[in-house]
Amino acid sequence: MRQSIPLTWRRIPERYRLQGSKCVTCKTPYFPTRNVCPACRRKGKMEGLRFSGKGKVFSFTEITVPPAGFEDQVPYILAIIELEEGARLTAQIVDANAKELKIGDPVQSVFRVIQKDADEGLIHYGFKFRLVK
Amino acid sequence: MRRVAIIGAAMTKFGELWERGFRDLVVEAGIKALENANVHGADLQAGYIGTMASGRLVGQEHIGALIADYMGLNPLPITRVEGACASGALALRQGYMDVASGMHDIVVVGGVEKMTDLDIAQVSDILGGAGDQEWELFLGATFPGLYALMARRHMYEYGTTEEMLAAAAVKNHKHGAKNKFAQYQKEISMEEVLNSKRIADPLKVFDCSPITDGAAAVVLAPLDIAKKYTEKPVEIVTTAQASDTIALHNRKTLTGLRATQVAAKKAFERAQLKPSDIQVAEVHDCFTIAEIMAIEDLGFFPKGQGGPATLEGKTGFGGDVVVNTSGGLKSCGHPVGATGVKQAVEITWQLRGEATGRQVKDAEIGLTHNVGGSGATAVVNIYRKGW
Repeated sequence: MRQSIPLTWRRIPERYRLQGSKCVTCKTPYFPTRNVCPACRRKGKMEGLRFSGKGKVFSFTEITVPPAGFEDQVPYILAIIELEEGARLTAQIVDANAKELKIGDPVQSVFRVIQKDADEGLIHYGFKFRLVK
Repeated sequence: MRRVAIIGAAMTKFGELWERGFRDLVVEAGIKALENANVHGADLQAGYIGTMASGRLVGQEHIGALIADYMGLNPLPITRVEGACASGALALRQGYMDVASGMHDIVVVGGVEKMTDLDIAQVSDILGGAGDQEWELFLGATFPGLYALMARRHMYEYGTTEEMLAAAAVKNHKHGAKNKFAQYQKEISMEEVLNSKRIADPLKVFDCSPITDGAAAVVLAPLDIAKKYTEKPVEIVTTAQASDTIALHNRKTLTGLRATQVAAKKAFERAQLKPSDIQVAEVHDCFTIAEIMAIEDLGFFPKGQGGPATLEGKTGFGGDVVVNTSGGLKSCGHPVGATGVKQAVEITWQLRGEATGRQVKDAEIGLTHNVGGSGATAVVNIYRKGW
């Protein structure tokens, strides 16, 4: 996957700080940022919301055949996390054993390297999650 | 709206076709479909072609013009349609609407994908574009991974087991073994599926559809003149399409595809039919869990009963509804843009009684179900004998 410099730069608030949006009209939180509330459309009004990074495991899998750029990370756990504010996102869970992980386990976001373009390319940072003991 | 029929249907062999290129495949399927329909190029008034990723897989865009050129159909207008793995069904839907509206009478619809010119890592990366590139794939998701997240949740909520998933693959290989166009004409055992290499737990390599080259095509005409071309026109009773969030994590539930549910409900309402009327169905089994969810979302079985029904053989020959007689995506293969059209070809053969070796006895009504990505697009079509 090719990740350009402007794309990476544009996504820093979301990838580094879990910046999302919330619709003032219906109170629904969204991650990543959206300009239009899909529920309220033009009746909605979006404002910024920074998520706490606290959440629970909604579903998970252990990836053993990785996509390009993730070869040195396998096996790794990929999960859908339900954030405590209400939105869901896809992320890796680190420092955990897939055999012991359960749906509903509490997790917290951590700042990690996501992938690297090539030996001298960009290093992409962002969120992963780990279990709250 | 006019009633629309398929008057000709054809497909290439599906598989790893090293010796054949994109244009060879699409031209073969197109010519065979025209021959089968007893029409000439000069009879055609428009064409639609479904391909997901020709630009990245073979470096070729502008597919409509390429096909018109290589089939000798210039200046016929041919339009490319894209909706990830549902591109084929979307092309068929465009053709249906074109004929139904009265704009054109004889329309050819194709689907094609040439996938094996690149290595597996490159192809996987390209297929990832069917999901949310920035918020799924960038973070390490793969397509088997996304369907594994659905499988895990389906197991958690309904007690679905790995054996139930495996039963879908075993059944589809049993069907595919009877289909000379299938990529894998070989039966597999439950043990082989369960012991195969893990890709994204709980999904294993034999839970996944393969990377495939292939093309399929059908010719459409208004039903009232279809008999001029063929004794056995197959009516497309209705077509319905629905969309859902591009990212899986934004769905309320992971145990079914809302786009499928909505499209199926619309299709059954318009056709004034119910799920129990369907005798033969081609459903989108890109992964075994996808077939389990599909037979629930289409209304063949209640939610949560798709796994047990599959394990008990209710979707095989002699069951309530025979699912994926072609072998499905799993055994027949999944050239992504071709799949939606191939499904229509298989149902045409079934309703005409031409599905040699895998014929569903007295099949009158059939259904196809084609999904894009992890369920952001779904198309459901219903067919019946038009004679």
